[in-house]
Amino acid sequence: MALLDIKDLKVRFQTNDGVVNAVNGITLSLERGGALGIVGESGSGKSQLAFAVMGLLAKNGRATGSVTFDGQEILNAAPSVINRVRANKIGMIFQDPMTSLNSYMRVSDQMMEVLLHHKGMSKADAAKECIRMLDAVKIPDAAGRFRLYPHEFSGGMRQRVMIAMALLCKPDLLIADEPTTALDVTVQAQIMQLLGELRREFGMATILITHDLGVVAGFCDEVMVMYGGQVMEKSPVDPVFAAPSHPYTRGLLHALPRVDQEGEELASIPGAPPNMMRAPKGCPFAPRCEFEIERCTVELDPLTEFTPGRFRACNRKVEELA
Amino acid sequence: MFSYIIKRLVVAIPTLLVLMVLSFLLMHAAPGGPFTYEKKLPPEVLANLNAKYGLDQPLWRQMVSYVWGIIAHFDFGPSFVYKDRDVNEIIAQGFPVTLHYGSIAFVVAVVSGVLLGVIAAIRQNTWIDYIAVGISIGAQVLPNFVMAPILVLVFALWLGWLPAGGWEGGELSHVILPVIALATSYMASIARITRSSMLEVLTSNHVRTARAKGLPEHKVILRHALKPSLIPVISYLGPAFVAMITGSVVVDMYFSTGGIGKAFVDSALNRDYAVMMGITLLVGFLTIIFNLLVDILYAWIDPKIRY
Repeated sequence: MALLDIKDLKVRFQTNDGVVNAVNGITLSLERGGALGIVGESGSGKSQLAFAVMGLLAKNGRATGSVTFDGQEILNAAPSVINRVRANKIGMIFQDPMTSLNSYMRVSDQMMEVLLHHKGMSKADAAKECIRMLDAVKIPDAAGRFRLYPHEFSGGMRQRVMIAMALLCKPDLLIADEPTTALDVTVQAQIMQLLGELRREFGMATILITHDLGVVAGFCDEVMVMYGGQVMEKSPVDPVFAAPSHPYTRGLLHALPRVDQEGEELASIPGAPPNMMRAPKGCPFAPRCEFEIERCTVELDPLTEFTPGRFRACNRKVEELA
Repeated sequence: MFSYIIKRLVVAIPTLLVLMVLSFLLMHAAPGGPFTYEKKLPPEVLANLNAKYGLDQPLWRQMVSYVWGIIAHFDFGPSFVYKDRDVNEIIAQGFPVTLHYGSIAFVVAVVSGVLLGVIAAIRQNTWIDYIAVGISIGAQVLPNFVMAPILVLVFALWLGWLPAGGWEGGELSHVILPVIALATSYMASIARITRSSMLEVLTSNHVRTARAKGLPEHKVILRHALKPSLIPVISYLGPAFVAMITGSVVVDMYFSTGGIGKAFVDSALNRDYAVMMGITLLVGFLTIIFNLLVDILYAWIDPKIRY
């Protein structure tokens, strides 16, 4: 049995201007210890997918479909059910470490409450465990900084605190939602390296949400490329870089800056992501796609396995994408 | 922190001086005086009165001797209207009364206002929210000069549960109606501020983190959302507290509580210069003190604020 099983997940937001279709029928499963990268531009629905799994959608959001974790349905589950899973079984790291910690509480109190709540530890034991975890995420002088407030940490250090907090209960799954987006490049590398080490150490499954294909290459076994709330391509990591099967994935790869192409202008995908207010008919990427055919604006072939282990949703055959 | 408080208190002195000079000048700039009656006094009598109270002196000398009286003897001068009473006495008599019912009204307004606001926010767009918002709008638009007579009518005249007025040394039954009349509109404002700020905080990232920790909703609210939601409420509380403990003319009139709220308005109508100055300075002083307290409270709540 897979650790996480998502079936036909859809997320809709009711807004004053109409319904926003953020996620449009995602199916995926993740084994214990696996690492899945979810890649896509801003607005592709990748973060909302994660929030839906954790039951953290904004008030006007509604999720349908099914999400089972360890055999238990957790989508739209009662608070008592989902609260036993959150942090305890699924840890989550957010994009912005500056605002994701509570600036009114000491780091010690914010971390300890996780263990006090889920593990029923004594305060002394919880404190010891938290400091051990801060050590594990390589915060220098963890014991000395334990009682500081978040604003007394740098951005990178705060993200380390967030990671330590998410791992306190040794969760089976860690969802990292763009964990390095708000950090500068050298810190980004450190954080990704740390996450990789921790993943090996704790043996937890990981979902890494990012718009950076480079990060995925170094971290994940499998990658899922999302666009307009749909899966465009799903595949083990290496073949995607060797031979991307989808025009959108190609565009993303082309847009990666490379050291060996100095002097060349950085490529970009022309156009802008679709307005998710209108339910996408056909392929959401069609208006920006150089291989668009007439059928693309009407319908899109479902996600199908074109070589063992690799899936793509495109009306054109791989061979046609010259 | 300590040096910050000292600094603020030192700055308060020139502030109070400016307040004093401005209100002194404005008061004297208004036509008429304490001895202007319907029936004109004979000029000799008026001249004698003016001489007795020093009103024949040039304005700057009046001001200097007034300030000197305060600094040297903490004497705010005699009342110009009540022959045998001075300002210290009037304030000493009225202020404890308004302080008494004002403080209670303050506690009532803060507790009920915050409670109402929080409940409305966490049940946003449900009938609970609509009722809470309805109550606070109702309390806000109902002026206390309408509220007070209705309270008297219902609780004193019809039901006969509570006395219609009087103070009796602050006996509980005499305090209840003034407190309700004074507290309602403040409660309404506090509820509205709390609700909107809580709604904003509930969508913030750190609250999402708290939810992702699997904490039950009441812990999310009390431990993570309440403190930041109260920051805007606290900035409102300083001036509100001063306004409440210095009383309300409406409350003092309708319930005959004898606080300084009425004394203040009477002094303005009667051109009782000294009483007016005294109460103005008292309000100014309290405002400075409580704004300072609010700033200290900020630092206590928000660890990012350090002086």
